[in-house]
Amino acid sequence: MKSNVGKLLSTAAVAATLSTAASAATLDDVKAKGFIQCGVSQGVPGFSNADASGNWTGIDVDACRAVAAAVFNDAQAVKFTPLSAKERFTALQSGEIDILSRNTTWTYTRDNSLGIDFTAVNFYDGQGFMARKDLGITSALELDGATVCTEQGTTTELNMADFFRKHNLSYVPVVVQKADEAVAAYASGRCDVFTTDKSGLAAQRSKLADPNDHIILDETISKEPLGPAVRHGDNQWKDIVTWAMFVQVNAEEMGITSKNVATIKKETTDPGILRLLGAEGDMGSQLGLSSDWAYNIISKVGNYGEVFEANVGPSTPVGLPRGINNLWTEGGIMYAPPVR
Amino acid sequence: MTDKSNSYNKSLLNDAGTRSLVFQIVLLAIVVFVGYYLFSNLQANLANRGISTGFSFLNEPAGFPVLIHLIEYTESNSYGRAFLVALINTFVISFLGIALATVIGVIMGLARLSNNWLVARLATVYIETLRNLPLLLQMFFWYFAVLAALPAPKNSFIFADFFLNKRGIYSPNPIAQDGFGIVVTGFFLSIAAAIALIVWAKKRQTRTGMTFPAYWASLGLIIVVTFLALAVSGFPIEFDLPQKSRFNVTGGMVLPPEFVAVLVALSTYTGAFIAEIVRAGILSVNWGQTEAARSLGLKDSLTQRLIVLPQALRVIIPPLTSQYLNLAKNSSLGAAIAYPELVAVVMGTTLNQTGQAIETIGLCMLVYGTLSLSISMFMNWYNKKMSLMER
Repeated sequence: MKSNVGKLLSTAAVAATLSTAASAATLDDVKAKGFIQCGVSQGVPGFSNADASGNWTGIDVDACRAVAAAVFNDAQAVKFTPLSAKERFTALQSGEIDILSRNTTWTYTRDNSLGIDFTAVNFYDGQGFMARKDLGITSALELDGATVCTEQGTTTELNMADFFRKHNLSYVPVVVQKADEAVAAYASGRCDVFTTDKSGLAAQRSKLADPNDHIILDETISKEPLGPAVRHGDNQWKDIVTWAMFVQVNAEEMGITSKNVATIKKETTDPGILRLLGAEGDMGSQLGLSSDWAYNIISKVGNYGEVFEANVGPSTPVGLPRGINNLWTEGGIMYAPPVR
Repeated sequence: MTDKSNSYNKSLLNDAGTRSLVFQIVLLAIVVFVGYYLFSNLQANLANRGISTGFSFLNEPAGFPVLIHLIEYTESNSYGRAFLVALINTFVISFLGIALATVIGVIMGLARLSNNWLVARLATVYIETLRNLPLLLQMFFWYFAVLAALPAPKNSFIFADFFLNKRGIYSPNPIAQDGFGIVVTGFFLSIAAAIALIVWAKKRQTRTGMTFPAYWASLGLIIVVTFLALAVSGFPIEFDLPQKSRFNVTGGMVLPPEFVAVLVALSTYTGAFIAEIVRAGILSVNWGQTEAARSLGLKDSLTQRLIVLPQALRVIIPPLTSQYLNLAKNSSLGAAIAYPELVAVVMGTTLNQTGQAIETIGLCMLVYGTLSLSISMFMNWYNKKMSLMER
């Protein structure tokens, strides 16, 4: 509550001082201060999570690191602001952060009425349910009369309501302010099921005392395209964040990784790759960046596949299959416009 | 310019009253102008950035559920209705909390002054423990440690048609049938009669000095009349009984653990502060007052009620008001353990779905301001009533 009031005041202060500079160039501000202020979650393993020594990792974290690599040629030039679900939009609107990269669903209302713009999708997700195995249920349609725990201030709350109304099932909603306490309430037996995005379910299940006692039901009840967002009205900054993501997807498609990018830049004759890596022509100037901006993203952060594998892939504790987040050439829907 | 007007100006300039008036008008104008400037700037910038403004969202369908609603509410109701539901939840928890905290505080305050060593020590331990632990921690304790330790719905404690498990306390829900109006009428008539009885007893005592147990008599009167009305109309109540279902107990009335945890945490925490206030108030009354009352032959209970307490109240009421205000504001912590009060529903879900931070936070500030000012006004009135009337 306190932080929200603070945000209200900062919204008012910012609105009051920036009378004509409402769409100030974020790129110039960022260059002047020397780092990017990135809004992340308060701890979702695989997406944005801080370890004991305060190092942030996750694919949402890497989205900000990629922009930092493009702007500063330094993936570490990022400072992180952990935000609760309900603080996140105010933080972006008020200018407290430059990028909101907090497993945030791109929806119509958010894109159009909050004064923010979504850039690209870095993870295609969908909402699901987690239940105790001993309940013996296999489908979400069997949940008539169940008690459902969820975190407050997310699209999850509305999807849950829509799902139960659509199928005419009764339920008891227990909506808790923070994700950790919502999971704790589920773990304590207050609820029969816990609902959030499926990636979140996998992450939360990995934190439970005995992950094998819980199953994630098959149904996916919503579309949750997650991705970074920026303030509305600064097109240059929006393009930079968007294309930082597209470069990573294109790099994976072309087989360029953080390990081989230096060799490829020297040896390749493929004009598409030469253009992307800035060896031919100057693509960077269109965004106000250096010509090797894409090279820096790939060498400092990696391509999309590398980021996925390192943070949420099958070999990590979160252990998500690539699924629809695979490249379009591999049966997924990850597809980026070409760099030319 | 004539001499006359010059001297007029001079006298105005030198007049302290006029000058201070001018300064105040100028200051007020500056404040109003700055306020207007900030407000219009805010409006312009919100519009520039494409952030929606205004309160029209209150008519939009909310689409989210609320766990506890004392008025009819479904997902298709509006944000305005959800706001009302949350407002009622905040008021209910505040008023029940204040009532319960007062009872606990008075009992514990008296217990700490008790001559019984054990009772006094127990009260001390209670006060010192609860007063010194953060309230949020206590809420988590009640919610996650105490109430979550109850059995799962499958293994509920069952007593007659009452169920107790970690999802709440379930009891039969009385539903009024035809003819219940007679009972309601009887109940209110008996209350009116009881008030008349108390007034009469007081008057008679002032006149003749004879006492009459008016409070007990009126309580009996209300019970007997209501019961008679029930019997005459043929007990027009049916009960919706709770039953076990696949996941939960369904039907009946339920008291969810979120409500219980917030109420218990708020009232025991604030009760500990009130206990100290009560103790201070009683100790502030000179021992000579008690001795004087005893020498007049008053019983101990009458000494407390007629001599000590009225004087103690003058010391008790002002700090008590602060505690009541604290309790009402602390009820916002209930959001942390899923109690759907104002902060949870309006500053949590509504703010997040609509993104209208300024409007929703403004609404909440208005409500807490109004709630606190009403409590304050009531307590100030009570304080005035109780203050020493010097003759």
